[in-house]
Amino acid sequence: MLPEMTYEEISNKAKSEWEALQSGVYILIGTATCGRAAGALDVLDALGKELARRELEVPIIKVGCTGLCHADPFVAISKPGSLRVAYANVTPETVSRLVEGYVAGDDPCLELALGTLEVGAGEGISVPELPRFEREVRLILRHCGYIDPENINHYIANGGYGGLKKALEMSPEKIIKELKKSGLRGRGGAGFPTHRKWEVCRGAGARQKYVMCNADEGDPGAFMDRVVLESDPHQVIEGMIIAGYVIGAEQGYIYVRSEYPLAIERTQIALEQARELGFLGHHILGADFGFDIEIAAGAGAFVSGEETALIAAVEGKMSTPRPRPPYPAESGLWGKPTLLNNVKTFGYVPLIVERGGDWFASIGTEESKGTAMFTLAGKVANSGLAEVPMGTTLRELVYDIGGGIAKDKQFKAVQIGGPSGGCLPESLLNIPIDYDSLREAGSMMGSGGMIIMDEDNCMVDAARFFLDFSTKESCGKCTVCRLGTLQMLRILEDITAGRGKIENIDLLLALAEDVKIGSLCGLGRTAPNPVLTTLRYFREEYEAHIVEKRCPARVCPELTVYYILPEKCDRACEHCILTCPTEAIKGEKGEVKMIDQEKCSKCGTCLEVCPPEYNAVVKLSPVSLLPSSDLSGERAKK
Amino acid sequence: MLSNLKDSLESVEGMITEGQSDRALAEILGHYKKDKKNLIPLLQEVQTKLGYLPRKALQEIADFLKISDVEVWGVATFYNQFRFVPLGKYHSVVCMGTACHLAGGRLILEALERELNLKVGETADDGSFSLERVACIGCCMLAPVVVIKDKIHPKMTPFRVEEALIPYKQESRGKLKEGKSGSQS
Repeated sequence: MLPEMTYEEISNKAKSEWEALQSGVYILIGTATCGRAAGALDVLDALGKELARRELEVPIIKVGCTGLCHADPFVAISKPGSLRVAYANVTPETVSRLVEGYVAGDDPCLELALGTLEVGAGEGISVPELPRFEREVRLILRHCGYIDPENINHYIANGGYGGLKKALEMSPEKIIKELKKSGLRGRGGAGFPTHRKWEVCRGAGARQKYVMCNADEGDPGAFMDRVVLESDPHQVIEGMIIAGYVIGAEQGYIYVRSEYPLAIERTQIALEQARELGFLGHHILGADFGFDIEIAAGAGAFVSGEETALIAAVEGKMSTPRPRPPYPAESGLWGKPTLLNNVKTFGYVPLIVERGGDWFASIGTEESKGTAMFTLAGKVANSGLAEVPMGTTLRELVYDIGGGIAKDKQFKAVQIGGPSGGCLPESLLNIPIDYDSLREAGSMMGSGGMIIMDEDNCMVDAARFFLDFSTKESCGKCTVCRLGTLQMLRILEDITAGRGKIENIDLLLALAEDVKIGSLCGLGRTAPNPVLTTLRYFREEYEAHIVEKRCPARVCPELTVYYILPEKCDRACEHCILTCPTEAIKGEKGEVKMIDQEKCSKCGTCLEVCPPEYNAVVKLSPVSLLPSSDLSGERAKK
Repeated sequence: MLSNLKDSLESVEGMITEGQSDRALAEILGHYKKDKKNLIPLLQEVQTKLGYLPRKALQEIADFLKISDVEVWGVATFYNQFRFVPLGKYHSVVCMGTACHLAGGRLILEALERELNLKVGETADDGSFSLERVACIGCCMLAPVVVIKDKIHPKMTPFRVEEALIPYKQESRGKLKEGKSGSQS
């Protein structure tokens, strides 16, 4: 415990540690969950061994995620006086080359390099060679990937907790005023003005109040909150402390989903370090204000992302929502006024306090200020994380930052906001990203998860997928959500199986309206969005399934068959026969191979293993395209 | 199936006996306050230590917190994290998030069901494998993803599922044999 140290002393100590690091050679390696999944820990191990073998004393800094997830495992080498060079997709085998080339020597190993990594003036990292960084403005991501999230001094040396220091010298009213000027809206998806929540909560007359951070990122396909907590957790903690000071709370909770064990671990470490330096506890930085934060680990329920359901979960109950008002800002956790914001919303707060509301409001559009964070995944070339000013177009995000569609396929749709959002077609790629434009198009900002779909994805199947998710995750409290979504799902299952009727489309639309109106919380109210937007923009795909029994993307198994083109099949090759798990492929050596459709489980292995020089296996839809002798299986049986 | 499972589990290395589980539960309860808000952390810790939530443990948690067992059961079954059957030694998880689904997650799940001869939520009679699906593990750029015994297998195909399982299947056969001969001697 060092409570008597002033902020200046803490900051000077951190800065000297940081400068000492900068004065020598050091290595950065991305060790967030995404990096680990790609094999970063094996690379880390190999790096350690290689340095030891060469007796080099070079620090390895385990950073979080740079957002360039497609480049994982990601390594960068920093040398005083030269540019930091970043390397993509490093393997234990390439490690010795990097150590020999650029750690020990002066060869930057350009054949393995992704680009240079530069620290701009307070704006975080950029890789000038990559065009995506010209589009990005990194605020929340400014430290992600170049500081050690488990070392508070790295955060402090780069200005961390300076916002808290300044906040404690300001009146709470002045901070709310800055938030109002900044135009910050809640980053959980709904976009409620942040200052209004804070104001109501501050005004609520109760002795006991709480600050809560929603890190229950339940949308399948979104992972930015995980990245923030794994890469730079202190900004969220700092934002929460400022919130505690403003509303008059002494206790905060971070609700993190248990599927994110590393995020929980790193946040826990960050809390301990903040406590040690006196940023948490009694008399924070000498002020007459005390605050502490606890982690509550979620147990897995999508509905917990809804604020009243989240509060129920922390209270140890089933996570079901309740009617509002009263809003949590008036009556939340254990009936006390509770300020509940998303991870990113809290992350912006220290910056706004430090640089002022006007600065933040100068970024973005008229109605949506600041930056937006998106995860890009699916059929995009460079999947990962991006932070762009509000108002950037979808096209810039998908093509300039995401690098377009992988494998030269045709773009079909971009799905934004997960199960609550919608699928937007190519014709809408020029709309700007902001709360209102996205809502107008039938989608929403939501969690910020963005999934890119190409010609091989079926839009009816995508709608069915999201609805299946919402049905499973519906808490069951509201009848129309519990049963209405299920009924919609049954209709979509019929359509994808070729049993659909054209009048089902109207029934779907009517049910969607009912579910929207009759549900208490956001889960039910937005669950029909994927169906509504695919019907609005891709109706012809529904009609093809229903009328022609055809799946245009050849995805839906009941409407698709695998077929071996006799003219392309190399008679001597037996790859498909040997690997087919159901022994559905027949054909003696030297003969054309055939699929017994009765036995075929449509697993796609034959298509996968057929050598590219033959490329003889194709998918056909509708099933009637199959030559009649193949359909009955007669040809194969002979 | 469950009674078979219990017998076979005891022969599998690393599994805990009833006596051990009682002691572990008592120890866990020992460092919690009798406050209802501790219900979920308690369930989480019991599952971490025991691998699942035995009926008996749920009953004891209810007694400890002085709430009805229906309430404990209600909360435990509400959340996706909690399991009431022990996991296999090689617990296999198929990610069914959006990115994985679009990249053919269904085919991967079917391949695992076929290769392991298990349905989602089941544990093999010999306690070797168990199969589960999850909504998303947040590794969307590596889709489709399968996690076997905590190791992430990226960019799977139905054929690669078969390959990925081979070492675990071999190890499992070896272990089971060892276990059996050990108990006989």
